[in-house]
Amino acid sequence: MTYSSAAIWAIIVLLGIGTFLIRFSFLGLIGDRKLPAWVLRHLRYTPVAVLPGLCAPLVIWPEATGGQPDAARMTAAAATLLAGYFTKNFMAAAGSGAVVLVVMLYFFG
Amino acid sequence: MTSQVRSAYWRGFRAGVPFLVVLIPFAMVFGVVATEAGLSVAEVLGFSALVIAGAAQITALQLMQDNAPVLMVLVAALAVNLRMAMYSAALVPHLGAAPLWQRAVIAYFNVDQTFALAQAEYEKRPAMTVPERVAFFLGVATPVCPPWYLFTWIGAVVGARIPPELALDFAVPITFLAIIAPALRTLAHVAAALTSIVMALLLVWMPSGVGVLLAALAAMVVGARVELWLEARKA
Repeated sequence: MTYSSAAIWAIIVLLGIGTFLIRFSFLGLIGDRKLPAWVLRHLRYTPVAVLPGLCAPLVIWPEATGGQPDAARMTAAAATLLAGYFTKNFMAAAGSGAVVLVVMLYFFG
Repeated sequence: MTSQVRSAYWRGFRAGVPFLVVLIPFAMVFGVVATEAGLSVAEVLGFSALVIAGAAQITALQLMQDNAPVLMVLVAALAVNLRMAMYSAALVPHLGAAPLWQRAVIAYFNVDQTFALAQAEYEKRPAMTVPERVAFFLGVATPVCPPWYLFTWIGAVVGARIPPELALDFAVPITFLAIIAPALRTLAHVAAALTSIVMALLLVWMPSGVGVLLAALAAMVVGARVELWLEARKA
């Protein structure tokens, strides 16, 4: 890395400001004004629309295997989803995923 | 502070604590990798305290290791964070009535974990008052954000390697899937999640963060459409 200390701090501070503005954007500017029903209908799906897409490439092409699809990680992801769907419990879901991952890696990893 | 507000804070706090299991090692990995790349301890801590976004921090760091132009580092890392504009919008109906300074504090702490837990809580308990909602959000943030700073700092100072056998690369996907699975309450949620997965995989060639954003927009449209269709069928 050949940046000056000033350049590194510029990156850190500007990234901090930019990230804050992204996070503040709608919440800051719209405030208490009512949103139309169709907008609310879309926003209700924000978590289930973002996080699965964020995970999908990490599950199918894991970095740890150099991008090679891996049975252990895919099984663990499936176990997490199934346990979470049926128990509605975060800890049960994450725990099942972790146990399946460790067991699968132990036997087949 | 009323007792309801206090109990909302502690409910959030308890909901956020399990994330520590993943967050501590992940924060330490960032601390170690960033120090090894040549950042000072103060710079590493500055990153975590000002940005609080693991994926964006790692993206920036990878580009900095390649000595990419400053502007490129900023654009690529901010693209990774663009999804959080949607989080900001999704919080408006729940927190828009809070005072501006409180909305600013919440914006600073608006990360994947705090947002997802808060949104689920607000939908489950629509009767919550605005101060209770703010307290819940800050309750989740307490065990999530300060430990993020603390453990990047420890990683930077101690510099211990995490053994690769722990398969920590997969802790983050498991956490996010464990957040999402209980939220798949209706066919509309399932359809949105499936759209998000398929679109994100199809758009994986796009710059980091942009494919996810487009996939999420498509998934929200599908979720809303399926919801309307289900309502029409019921009527």
